[in-house]
Amino acid sequence: MPNDELLKMRHIEKRFPGVLALHNVDFTLRKGEIHALMGENGAGKSTLIKVLTGVYQMEDGEITLEDKAVVIHSPQDAANKGISTVYQEITLCPNLTVAENMYIGREDSVWIKHKDYEKKANEILNKLGIPARGTQMLGSCSLAVQQMVAIARAVDMKCKVLILDEPTSSLDDKEVNMLFDLMRDLKAQGVGIIFVTHFLEQVYEVSDRITVLRNGELVGEYLCEELPQVELVAKMMGKELDELSDFEKSESSKVNEKEVFYEAKDLSSSEALAFDFQIRKGEVNGFTGLLGSGRSESVRAIFGADKVTGGHIKVNGKDVKITKPVEAMKNGIGYLAEDRKRDGIIAELSVRENIILALQVMNGFFKPISRSEAESFADEYIKVLNIKTASRETPVGSLSGGNQQKVILARWLLTHPDYLILDEPTRGIDVGTKLEIQKLVLKLASEGVSVTFISSEVEEMLRTCSRLIVMRDRHIVGELTGSQLNQAEVMKTIAGGEG
Amino acid sequence: MTVKKKDSFREPLTDTGLLMTITICIFVGMYLLAMLLLKGGFLHAQQIFDMLNDNASLIIVSCGLTIVMIGGGIDISVGAVTSLVVMSCVLYLNNGGNIFVSLLLALGIGLAFGLVHGLLISYLEIQPFIVTLAGMFFARGMTTILSVNPQKLDHAGVNAIRDTKIEIPWLGYTARNGNLVPARIELGVCVALLCVIVIFVLLKYLKLGRNFYAMGGNQTSALMLGINVKRTRFCSYLISGLLSGISGYVFMLHTGAGNATNAAGMEMNAIASSIIGGTLLTGGVGNVIGTFFGCMTLTTIKKIVVSSGLNDPWWQSITTGGMLCFFILLQSVVLGRRAKSKKA
Amino acid sequence: MKLKKFNGLGQLTIPVIAIALLVIFNLIRDPGFFSIGIMHNNDGNVVLAGNLISIINGASELAVLAMGMTLVTAACGGQDISVGAAAAIAGSVFVKVLKSGNSISGGTVLLAFLLACIVAMIFGSFNGTLVAVFKIQPMIATLILYTCGRSIAYWINGGATPTVNSPIINAIGSFIPGVPIPTPVLIVVCMAIIFKLLFKFTSLELFTQSVGINGSAARLNGINATFIKLLSFIILGVCVAVAGSIGVSRLGLINHETLLIDIEMDTILAVAIGGNSLGGGKFKISGSIIGAYVIQMLTITLYAMKVSSTDVKAYKAIVIILLVVIGSPVVKKWFNKVIDRMKNKSVAAQKGV
Repeated sequence: MPNDELLKMRHIEKRFPGVLALHNVDFTLRKGEIHALMGENGAGKSTLIKVLTGVYQMEDGEITLEDKAVVIHSPQDAANKGISTVYQEITLCPNLTVAENMYIGREDSVWIKHKDYEKKANEILNKLGIPARGTQMLGSCSLAVQQMVAIARAVDMKCKVLILDEPTSSLDDKEVNMLFDLMRDLKAQGVGIIFVTHFLEQVYEVSDRITVLRNGELVGEYLCEELPQVELVAKMMGKELDELSDFEKSESSKVNEKEVFYEAKDLSSSEALAFDFQIRKGEVNGFTGLLGSGRSESVRAIFGADKVTGGHIKVNGKDVKITKPVEAMKNGIGYLAEDRKRDGIIAELSVRENIILALQVMNGFFKPISRSEAESFADEYIKVLNIKTASRETPVGSLSGGNQQKVILARWLLTHPDYLILDEPTRGIDVGTKLEIQKLVLKLASEGVSVTFISSEVEEMLRTCSRLIVMRDRHIVGELTGSQLNQAEVMKTIAGGEG
Repeated sequence: MTVKKKDSFREPLTDTGLLMTITICIFVGMYLLAMLLLKGGFLHAQQIFDMLNDNASLIIVSCGLTIVMIGGGIDISVGAVTSLVVMSCVLYLNNGGNIFVSLLLALGIGLAFGLVHGLLISYLEIQPFIVTLAGMFFARGMTTILSVNPQKLDHAGVNAIRDTKIEIPWLGYTARNGNLVPARIELGVCVALLCVIVIFVLLKYLKLGRNFYAMGGNQTSALMLGINVKRTRFCSYLISGLLSGISGYVFMLHTGAGNATNAAGMEMNAIASSIIGGTLLTGGVGNVIGTFFGCMTLTTIKKIVVSSGLNDPWWQSITTGGMLCFFILLQSVVLGRRAKSKKA
Repeated sequence: MKLKKFNGLGQLTIPVIAIALLVIFNLIRDPGFFSIGIMHNNDGNVVLAGNLISIINGASELAVLAMGMTLVTAACGGQDISVGAAAAIAGSVFVKVLKSGNSISGGTVLLAFLLACIVAMIFGSFNGTLVAVFKIQPMIATLILYTCGRSIAYWINGGATPTVNSPIINAIGSFIPGVPIPTPVLIVVCMAIIFKLLFKFTSLELFTQSVGINGSAARLNGINATFIKLLSFIILGVCVAVAGSIGVSRLGLINHETLLIDIEMDTILAVAIGGNSLGGGKFKISGSIIGAYVIQMLTITLYAMKVSSTDVKAYKAIVIILLVVIGSPVVKKWFNKVIDRMKNKSVAAQKGV
């Protein structure tokens, strides 16, 4: 089949100030295939997508679409040429109807033919099996349906190449399956789909081919069935995998002798169902499960981040009440939130102010930390955590993701917590920093700090945690310790009895 | 309106629709209550026409403001521009001007303000509040530069238009002396109603109107969907300016005089009308029909206060403030509940 | 290097340039414009007089309100448009208490001021509750008090505009015997010091900025965002009471309809000219204070140029637009581009040599 190559990208180069983001990257997409684009964060996936959709202009290389060389100037231009993107954050308007969202920005007349559009929209929605009506407000649909409406819009624009950028990260299992059915459907119609995700299982479920990038360079293109999952991970992570294995994990047997630091009975919040939980001093445990399984919601309940609706909590054997973050902090608990941009950094404030924030709250409103003290704290942690910043007065928003995460870690370390909850501390940061953070977790544990660690990457959790709490459908379904801590066992428990 | 077919699915009310429905219900309820309890003028159709006659220009500027607010902006210059238009037109006409040219003058002044606001806000990305505040200062200042003293309109042609009223005999009432007094509507009201209808059609059936909603709902999305956000925002201020010009002309036809204090505080009344009518300052939600009823609700309250014998002027503003408070809290509660039930 | 230093003023660049330009303009127009004279006022005190003094004195109420408004803007990302009306209420309470006794002693004045403060703080917390608890945008929430505030002030004194004759009130409004500096100026200095101390001895500044920039993150770090927003409105309430009392003392009477009329717009303007984002977040009180003086200096300059008080607004508008256009991000970007190009050219020229 010589002529089924839909899109060819050859020798793509893209530079940012100080960084070579893409170097000599090739990518080929064939008609009617689902092609997964894999790589760690910072590998260059999103840069490649942005070059393809015209958000960035490449420095060198060429793009051919159906054997014609093309230059893509803007996202709009890309869409007109048949390259559509559906982003993780829905880029539609919730206050318009589904039909309006599908046809906005590309009507041919000044007038809006409501009836016409609604009819056409309903036809496409029916054809694709999307459970939405054209007359419905988009905001009243679930996130998954909103995402599908975005896909329907792309399909209606006669797209040849459909890029799905992390489409499943806010969907539950059922919704993911709906989305996958839709993707297979489009594939059968000859659309080429580029699927960017970090869920390995999902890749193997729908993809035909995988292209792996690492540090801005092409590792290779593989057929899905020819590349076992373990090898894929190895290819994504490179040789760092070996380096990780010489981690020394605290032995669960040793930890079990220590006293319990935190204990919760029937703890529930507006977002989490009731659960029991305890952690010993110096223990590292983890919540695992698929996204939406309730792992983040559970740790948020421990910290009092959502409205706590019930439960008995003991800290150091004493009954306490934790319903607000500040109460958790007073009891020596720190919480690094999952969404760094939304819940973590105060972007326009300096590194110094971000670092002292939590300590300042604990000190109270009337005991401000003096400027010189704050400066010495900031300098100390910039050094200890190796935070790369121009100065302590640099606004934290201008730092890279990994360094922002370190600033937030510094913020909590400064409060000298007895118990630190880290929700996805390694998300969206470079491999080096990931390693540093994992090492730090183990170092803290050896100093007697309890840590709860959550990560989408099971490997990471297996390396750091001595106990794993597995969640499914908002319930705790198992606890793994000792020899049970291996990938197969975790997967089996997450998937449930049939595995 | 045609009755919907039985088999067609009825969509639940949108936020815009819900807020508007609440306002219309409250307006109707309040008016019925006034008819029952206060009787007097409220039993005559002329009461409603009087309210329209007095507020035609407020309705027009509120429409413009609603568009700007749907797009996520604010325009607080509308009252001052109205006042400037009145003064300029009166002076021009008194010096032997032509009616047609005076109309062009009114539209021109309005458009000029809208143009400058739009340019500064959408293309130089300056905060709308500051730009239109400066616009308001400029218009007020220019008005007093033109004339500090009140100017009475003295132009036979325009006075004739001013005194032309549409009479509807069958809606009239019989006065004490036995004569039939027909219901009277000023021409300005027709202009105002026409504006409401045109803007309604614009928002509902025109690409531009729907783009206002998209821009106010989520600006980044609007951009990604291929809407020229800058041009759309520019248009919203242009329309608001144009309507301020029309409003000024209608105001002049109603009062027949130019005065530096004309339309004082009109911008805040217009904002209040839009809010009561269900427009949110956050953008993306709103409707001119709601705004129209917002104006009427605001006026009805004032009428009720006066008819109840509370003649002190401070009663009016205190009840208006109370009413505003009620509506704002109601909306906050209603929308908050909706968001919660959607989540569950 | 020079250009870098020039940018070093940060957000204060625009207001400082504005003041500098106004000063230069006035000096060219009339070299003696800023000369400060010494004269005897009606009470026989030796006092300072001159345009500079009347600028600094006249901006006092504006400066006090701008300080509080900066805090509200930073915490809530919106503005309070009811400060003028609230000041009228506070002023009315102030006068009401003064007139309640037979004679006005220092104690009465203090009591009157405290009561005015409490009333203004109550109205501030009303606004604050709407904003912080009910999550209504500040401008909409304060529209209520804006609409009916002056009517409430009218009601407090029964519709009258009572005058107050007392040497103490006179001293607050103009000069304390023996002190050549106008008292309102001293009050502004006091308020500025109080704010400075407030920032030094509490975490108000850090917490307010955190809440204004990222409310969600602030909450997860244990900051009570509702409390901070409410507090900002209450502090603004104190500023309102101070401004209202100054205004009343200056005139020796309360007129609920004209006291500090339209000052809300000037206050917001002062905050914006001071380089603070009206969308909240980082702030500098000093910027707002300079902003207030810019506005007043502009007004006095226009008066000196024989512009009538009613026409001043039009000219003020032009200057404001010029200021915000110069300060707008788009123009700044364009300006930086031009500078870059010039730098590159000079570098290229040097290389050529």
